[in-house]
Amino acid sequence: MIDNDFVSSLLKRFSFLSLRHQLDCLTLACPPNEVVDFAKHLRDEETFDLLVDLTAIDHGETADTRFSVVLHLYSLIHRSYLRIHVDCPDNDSPEVPSLNGVFPAANWHERETYDMFGIQFSGHPDLRRILMWDEYPYFPLRKEFPLAGIDVPLPAADVAEVTGAEVDPAPMMGGPFVSPGTGRMSESEPRAKDESWTEETIKQS
Amino acid sequence: MISSEVGYNSKVEGEVIVTKADAVINWIRKHSVWPMPMGLACCAIELMASAASRYDISRFGMEVMRFSPRQSDCMIVAGTVTYKMAEVVRRIYDQMGDPKWVVAMGACASTGGMYRSYAVMQGVDTIVPVDVYVSGCPPRPEALLDAMMKLQDKIGREPAVKNLTQTAKSPDLVG
Repeated sequence: MIDNDFVSSLLKRFSFLSLRHQLDCLTLACPPNEVVDFAKHLRDEETFDLLVDLTAIDHGETADTRFSVVLHLYSLIHRSYLRIHVDCPDNDSPEVPSLNGVFPAANWHERETYDMFGIQFSGHPDLRRILMWDEYPYFPLRKEFPLAGIDVPLPAADVAEVTGAEVDPAPMMGGPFVSPGTGRMSESEPRAKDESWTEETIKQS
Repeated sequence: MISSEVGYNSKVEGEVIVTKADAVINWIRKHSVWPMPMGLACCAIELMASAASRYDISRFGMEVMRFSPRQSDCMIVAGTVTYKMAEVVRRIYDQMGDPKWVVAMGACASTGGMYRSYAVMQGVDTIVPVDVYVSGCPPRPEALLDAMMKLQDKIGREPAVKNLTQTAKSPDLVG
């Protein structure tokens, strides 16, 4: 049963844990050097044996702790989720231990997190990009990366040479396109945030 | 007696039909387009629907979807072309024998569609020459069939040897 007793017994047993108050899900913060053993304990002793998701948060360039890796575990016995935040101590070259040995499902999740955020997972057997191509120089889900993208050469040099194509920033037309989320559906469809400029009329800076 | 018949007269011409080479070659080509289904996203589902019995693309002689570029002459780009996939699309296009045509099916293949993003190529015409664009997200099978009929018209209008010289102008990337 996931209740206050469960949480307090976990906190008592593992002194490195701390509770994060989040409205939707029980959330514990765990330091990177303890996370593998803690995940193994949760899997073997507390029946949290399903890794639902592994991703990361970029708290922004000015944040004290910029990157947190987020795990979602599920227990089929308790029928309950558990969220674990792993704060990366180094903002410039974030690194956490790989959970691939505990949950094999973490393999591709960690590759995706590395691809999008540039977080290194030490001990990962095959830490390559999974969505973008191998030579791509940026990490697209970091806060400083523009949604439209940045000029880089096309992955295949010979195709680029023949076609003259390259990776260009996408035209945003005043976007990103967001829905206000209120009102009638006909009026709340996604619109550009700044409708003063389009592809024809240049953005006023 | 003056004959009012025009055109073919079997008594005069026997077993011989006189026409233009372009007319015959194009007539043959446009009624046996073999598509290469380049299915990259949800448009591919509509592409499959147009091949199935309800819409039945074989009414236009295009039912022979070939999964080998060597045997096909019309690439239907159905779906979102990412920059990572662009290389593959171009190489498959180059592996198709001349003459060949390209149909950009749906908003994504035509312009990038709703994906204004760092990962998506804003229109497949950046890397391959597109003959017909189809709007829609995804287009209904009728729209694809209409596009294929427009492609037939286009094939019928063009000089039959034009396509044969296309490869000589730009080097192929068969790799």
